[in-house]
Formats: sequence, C-alpha cells, structure tokens
Amino acid sequence: MALADLTVSVPVLAKARRKKLNQRKKTIVVFLFACLLLLGITVGGILAAETAVTADLSQKYITPSLQHLFGTDQLGRDMLARVVKGLSTSILIGLGAASCSAVLAILLGSAAALLGEKVDAAITWLIDLMLGIPHIVLLILISYALGKGFWGVTVGVALTHWPSLSRVIRGEILQLKETQYVKTARKLGQSSWRIAVKHMLPAVFPQFLVGLILLFPHAILHEAGITFLGFGLPPEQPAIGVILAESMKYLSVGMWWLAFFPGAALIGVVALFDLAGGSLRRLIDPHSAQE
Amino acid sequence: MKRNRLLNFVGKQAAKLIILIVVISMVAFFLVAVSPIDPVQMNTGQAAYANMSLEKRAQLEEYWGVNTPVVEKYTNWAKDIIHGDWGTSLRFNQPVLSVIAERFTNSLLLMIVAWLFSGVFGLLLGIAAGVYRGKLVDKIIKGYALTLASTPTFWLGLLMLMIFAVWLSWFPFGFSTPIGVSAAEATLGQRLYHLILPALTLSIIGVANIALHTREKVIDIMESDFYLFALARGESRGEALRHHCLRNLLLPAMTLQFASISEIFGGSVLVEQVFSYPGLGQAAVSAGIGGDAALLVAIAIISACFVFCGNLIANILYGVVDPRIRRGHGLG
Amino acid sequence: MTCLTKKHILEIENLSVSFLQYDKGMRQRSLQVITNLSVSVHEGEIVAVVGASGSGKSLLAHAVLGLLPANADVSGTLRFEGKPLTAASIAALRGKGITLVPQSIAYLDPLLKAGKAVRKNKRDAGARKKQRELFAHFQLDPATENLYPFELSGGMARRVLLAAALMDDPRLIIADEPTPGLDLELAKKALADFRAFADQGNGVLLITHDIELALSVADRIAVFYAGTTVEEAPVIDFEAETTLRHPYTKALWRALPENGFAALPGNQPYVKAMPKGCPFGPRCSLFSPSCEGEIPLKTIRCGTVRCIKATGSVEV
Repeated sequence: MALADLTVSVPVLAKARRKKLNQRKKTIVVFLFACLLLLGITVGGILAAETAVTADLSQKYITPSLQHLFGTDQLGRDMLARVVKGLSTSILIGLGAASCSAVLAILLGSAAALLGEKVDAAITWLIDLMLGIPHIVLLILISYALGKGFWGVTVGVALTHWPSLSRVIRGEILQLKETQYVKTARKLGQSSWRIAVKHMLPAVFPQFLVGLILLFPHAILHEAGITFLGFGLPPEQPAIGVILAESMKYLSVGMWWLAFFPGAALIGVVALFDLAGGSLRRLIDPHSAQE
Repeated sequence: MKRNRLLNFVGKQAAKLIILIVVISMVAFFLVAVSPIDPVQMNTGQAAYANMSLEKRAQLEEYWGVNTPVVEKYTNWAKDIIHGDWGTSLRFNQPVLSVIAERFTNSLLLMIVAWLFSGVFGLLLGIAAGVYRGKLVDKIIKGYALTLASTPTFWLGLLMLMIFAVWLSWFPFGFSTPIGVSAAEATLGQRLYHLILPALTLSIIGVANIALHTREKVIDIMESDFYLFALARGESRGEALRHHCLRNLLLPAMTLQFASISEIFGGSVLVEQVFSYPGLGQAAVSAGIGGDAALLVAIAIISACFVFCGNLIANILYGVVDPRIRRGHGLG
Repeated sequence: MTCLTKKHILEIENLSVSFLQYDKGMRQRSLQVITNLSVSVHEGEIVAVVGASGSGKSLLAHAVLGLLPANADVSGTLRFEGKPLTAASIAALRGKGITLVPQSIAYLDPLLKAGKAVRKNKRDAGARKKQRELFAHFQLDPATENLYPFELSGGMARRVLLAAALMDDPRLIIADEPTPGLDLELAKKALADFRAFADQGNGVLLITHDIELALSVADRIAVFYAGTTVEEAPVIDFEAETTLRHPYTKALWRALPENGFAALPGNQPYVKAMPKGCPFGPRCSLFSPSCEGEIPLKTIRCGTVRCIKATGSVEV
C-alpha cells in the first residue's frame, strides 16, 4: 500500500439522521397543552349550560355562520353551546367512571398478585369472563339493570373498563415480587404492608397513572355510544350521544351540521386524552422516548 | 397419545364454553331482574298504561312475568333451554331462536365482510407504514390509524350516510333490503348493495388497530438479527421482507384479528343502529329498551359464544401455523 | 504494511463508527465506538481480530457490511480486491463477495426451516443439491433441513450458519464468534473449514474474544482494544513476548495459561470516558505525558502498532 493513500481524505460511508428538536421538552409542552385544553372545555361546558338548553324558535335550523359557529337545531338552540356542554358532560362522566374503574383495577390486580393462588385464579377467571362478552352488550345489560340514565351509564362504564388495566397491574406486581430488592426487604423482615407502600407503590404508580389516562378516551367513547343507543343520559341532557341520536332524524334532509360538529369535537377530545396519556408515558417510561 | 391429547383439548374447551354460558346466563338474568324498568309500561306506552284496567294490567304482568321470582324464572328458563326451547321474544312476538337465526345471519354477513376487509387492509397499511418508517407514507398511515382509533363508530356511520346516501345518493339510506321488499324476496345483489355502507364503516374503524399493530411488528422484524443476516447474505430489502416479514407477521396479525371479534361485534351494534340494519345488534338494542329479557339473555350468550369461538380459532390456528407450538408442545 | 506480497482481499483503513444517542434524555451526543481502526486480509489468509467481550467487535463486522442502524456515523476507507468501496458497492457485495457467519441462532428466521434458510428460499435443484452437499459435509443429518431453528441444538445451529455462509461462494467470510457452543471436536472442524476455505485463495476475518483459538488457526492477529486495533502482527510473533510490539498485546500474552496466567489489572475504558491519546495509557507501565498526544500507526517488522514507545529492535 502506498504511503500517499493514508493522507487521502476519509470518505463518509454512512451518516446518521439527526433530529432537531429536543423531544423531551416538546413532550412536556404537548402534555400541558392537552391538559389545559381539556380543562378549558370542561369549564366552558359548565358555563354554557344555560345557553345549551335555551330554545329560540325564531332561530331554527340555521346553517353554521359567524353568529352560530356550529349552527342551530330544530328548537333554535345554539349547537356550539350544546356541543361544549355535551363534551364537558362526557369528560366529567368519563373521568368519574374511568377513575372508579382504575381503582377497581388496582384493587383486583394487586389482590390477584398478592393474595395467593386461589384469589389469583378467581380474579383471572373474572377478567377473562369480562373480556369474553362484547363491551357494548355488557354495557347495555348493566345500564338496563340500573334503569338507564346517568347512573346506568356511569356505573356501566366503571364496571366494564377495569379488566385490561387490572391485568397490567397484576403482571407488574408479580414481576416486582421476584425482584432482588423486594426479596431482600422480605428477608430483612419488613412487614408486607411496608413493602407494599415503600417498594411496590412507587413502581406501580406510574403504570397506573398512564393506564388511567388512557382509560379516559375509552370511557368517553363508550359513554357516547351507549347514550346514542338510548341506554345512557336522558334525552333532555345535551350529551354528545343524545345530540347525535337526534341529528339522525334530520340527516336525510341534509342538515349535516347537526351531526358533523358534535362528532368531530368528540374526536378532538378523545385525541387530546390520547395525546396526554401518550406523552405522559414517554415522560415516565424511557423505553418509548426514542419513538 | 396424539388422539388422547386432542380429546383432552376438546373436552377442556367444551367445559369452558359450558361454564361460560351458565355464568353469563345467570349474570344476564340477574341484571335484567333487578332492573327498575317495568316492561309492561315500556311496551304499552304511557297513555295506554294509565288508562288500562287493573285486570288487563295484571294479565300483561303475567305475560311479561313481572311477579315471578328471579330464581324461579331462571330455573324455568334453564329447563326449557336444555330441551332446546329458548323462550319467546315478547318484543318480536316470535320464538327467540327464530329471531336470533334471522338476525344473526344478517349480522354475520356484515361482520365477516368488515372483518376480512379490515384484516387485509390493516395488514397492508401496517406493512407499508413499517417498511417506510418515518417517511411521509408512514406519517399519513399512522395519522389515519390514530385518528380512527378515537373516532366514534356511530358518528362515522352518520358521516357515511350523509355523504354517500344523502349527498351523492350512491347507496340506500339504511336497512338491509329495499323498502317494501322482505328479506326472503330480496335478491343477493340488493342485499349486498345495502350491506356496503355499514360494512365499509365497520371496516374503516377496524383497520386502525391492526394497522398500528402490524406496523410495530414490521419494525421489530426489520430490527431483528435474522433480518440483518438476510441482508448480510445479499438479499435485497424486498426479498428479505418477502421471505421473512410476511411469515412472521401473519401469526400475530391473525391472532389479533380473531381476538378483535369482540370489538367488531360491539361496532356492529352501533352501526346497525345507525343504518337501521336488522341485525343482532339492533335486536339487542330494542330488547334492552323494551325489557325483552329472554331475547336479551340469548343475545348475551350468543355474543359471548361468538367471541369464545374467535379466541378458540386463534389458538388453534396458532397451533397449526406456528411450528414452535405444533412441534414443540402441541395444542393447549 | 505487512511482509506479504499476496494480493489484498479486504483493506480497512481508519474506520470510525459513532452512534447518535440521547444523553439523559435531553441532549443528543455522539458516542464513538470504533476509532481509526485499520486491518487487512490477504488472499489465503485468516486474520483474527481479538478483543475482550463487549468491546464492540461485532460492530466491526456490521460496519464492513454496511448494516449498522440509521443512527450510526461511519467513516473510513474500505477496499475490496483493491477497489475502494462506497455505500452502494458494499450493498452489491453482500452475499456475493463477502458473507457473514453470525454469532447466534437468533440470526435464523424462527419460522423458516434450516434447509430453506440456507438456500435463501431458493427451490431449484442446483441450490438444493449444493445445500445437501454442505449439510453432508458438516455431518448434518439430511433430516436437519426440515427442522426449525428452535429444534436445532447449539452445535447444529452453528453448522447450519456455516453452511449458509459457504452456500454463497464468497471471497471473504467475516465470522463473528463462530465457535462458542461447539464442542472441541466441532470447533476444530469449523476452524479447519475456515482454513480450507482460506487455502483456496480466499480470506477470513475471524472476530473472537478467544486468543488461544485465534493463535491456533489465524495467520495474523489484530489486537482490538477500546474501539481500535492497537497491533497487527503475524501469528509467529506471539511465540515470545519480545517479538510483540504493543504493551497491551504483551499483557495479553502474559495472561495466557502457558505464559504465567498473569491478568492485567484494571478495565477497558468505557466509551463515554475515553482517555486522551492512547486508550491504553491509564493501564500502561510505560505511560508518559507524550502518550496523550496523537498516536500514529507505525510499521515495525512485519506488523503495525499504535504506540509511540514501540521500537523496531527486539527487546530482550
């Protein structure tokens, strides 16, 4: 090999793709943005409660305009106010029901993992059973049992959404039980209660939080669905499901705005929850940070 | 030896199914029984109910079985079931079994079409997104799938009705047959024509899950050692994907698709309501609203069996297709 | 560089590889894993790259084949049979001129039968015949071609991987730790196969952590330390400590069982905390401040070394 070869400029054979933005800061901003927006909608809905049910028969069937951004319905009610109120109701029911569901999930999940084989087998069986009936059929049954209405849908959603999160928590705790530090703590004679609080809770909590936030969108969609079918909130309440069920009557005459905006807004809210949950997961779990 | 294992497997699954049916029927019966909704009032209307004579009311209550205790009702029902009698749907005034048979064929048609479509398209979109990870195609497909995952099924149905039935008039405004034509008289063409919009709605929603899942799998495979080795041996990206990707993808995709039967069923309930499509889902809704206990219980059982079969097929397929299970440990 | 007059098959000069990574999730930084690595393989030669486990030797194989992930920066000069390589020509050589014998069974598709995997899915009679001959050569039962990877024992899997490499009629085999899991008999056989392959005028780049194995089969040894080759020497130089050039190589020599089993204290530097200048400096008994400057590649007798203290004379 000639000596001159060594001085030849070194060719580049591969170049890494670089990302410009700092991912982590971006994630925090996105998370805060999603939370703030959701809070805004919830508060807005509470403020718009009055307008949402105020009928004005001189203002019927108005197509979307600057005055009524989402148009008005068959009773001349402002659709924007109705949609915001509906979303707000959905968010509140979703939050309430999903939180109850998550509490159920953590209770049953940790009971399965900690209280021995028999309890575990029973709870695992229950989980399989719950997942074996289509959600919506179970929701119809539970809602029917409770006489429909607010309680029917809330309890229904709360009772049907815990199995998958509960499975995650059970798996997490079972794994934790096998870790060295928990085994050591046990050998050192620490009480079960202390181990649970000091060693397990901090490890399970982030999983729980992410799981909880990702339950919200499911809960909201199911609430809207079951209300749409007539098993949820009563017709006089401006819920998204009610609004959409009413809009069906006017669809064939071309009143698209009655159906379009409420649904699109619902997608927005669900997507915001997904966004918040996803970014929280990225912040907590370093493995998904590179995606 | 082999036959023994098979018998064992079949026996185990059958036992599971029977337990499932018993538990679900009990739960469903209990839930219907504790409901404060009065089926007589629900089915006669407010005014008629108020004007009704007490004898008439008692007669109707007898008909709907309002005053029979739950346990007695359940044991009667269970005895009949064993003799093949699923009871009478009070709402439809027909034997439950014939209501279900008719409705289930309609729903099955809808679900199979949607299931196949969403499976095939979801797989294709997922592969495309995974192979071109990070590129524009991937971003579009991912965006599409994520948006659909947060879209309420029934709203998409309304949208489809609005666009294709009202504005463009390409498709009929719901139902399974033209108005005035009974299901028996309708031609296959007519039935399919009425099926397209609801099936499309269900498929579009169903695509999201499988596409996202397939995308992840494709990325896993492209980062695997065996994919790297294929490239190192001079296979082009296309060859390596053909030889190693599809095979490794199909199994998890199939499992997911069979496991998602529960969701497709749920979706079909909503879609049938929107399109006034006379399927099982719509029957469930009217049974629920009308307090038709026998039908509601039957639908709960049928839907659970349906989901059970989906999972069972997924398990069996896994055993047949995956050599690690077929040659390693056998069924179950 | 070397005293061999034979033609080069592969020359690697100043190869550097770095990865882009997130540092504590906030900053991106580049992590240099291979620095200015040079090694070459001649016709008829087995060259062993020897280094401790986990020192990034596998990356060398992947870099030569152009198969590093997208977040890698690779620079340096590669020549195959005298012609400089570009990213595109590397891709064209994979499986045609250069092939890889990977380190584990994970490199086989779990759902592909062994025979089909070796044939690269080809069905024609020629490919089938050749695959059967190779299986027979490696004493693999003919039924092996219908087994899935999970059904292969460690030894069988390794022979299948070897057969896969030879299926391609390559000029150069890059073997990444090809012998662990083989019993002594089979390991010797595998190495004899490499020898036979090289003796037909081909080249083998053997990447291994096992210096004794390397000494038993290779013609030349390249010693890999902290991401670079510190010395490249004919195997005969390993017969005595005095003929070796680099202090690290000498330390390796002294650690051999027949030479006193004296382990060198300390560890290789971690990639994120590389010392300035010579990477071996902190563990070297000859260390002086001048070792923290640039260390050029020196040619001494029939080998090369990166050490400013190394001299041409044979120390006694």
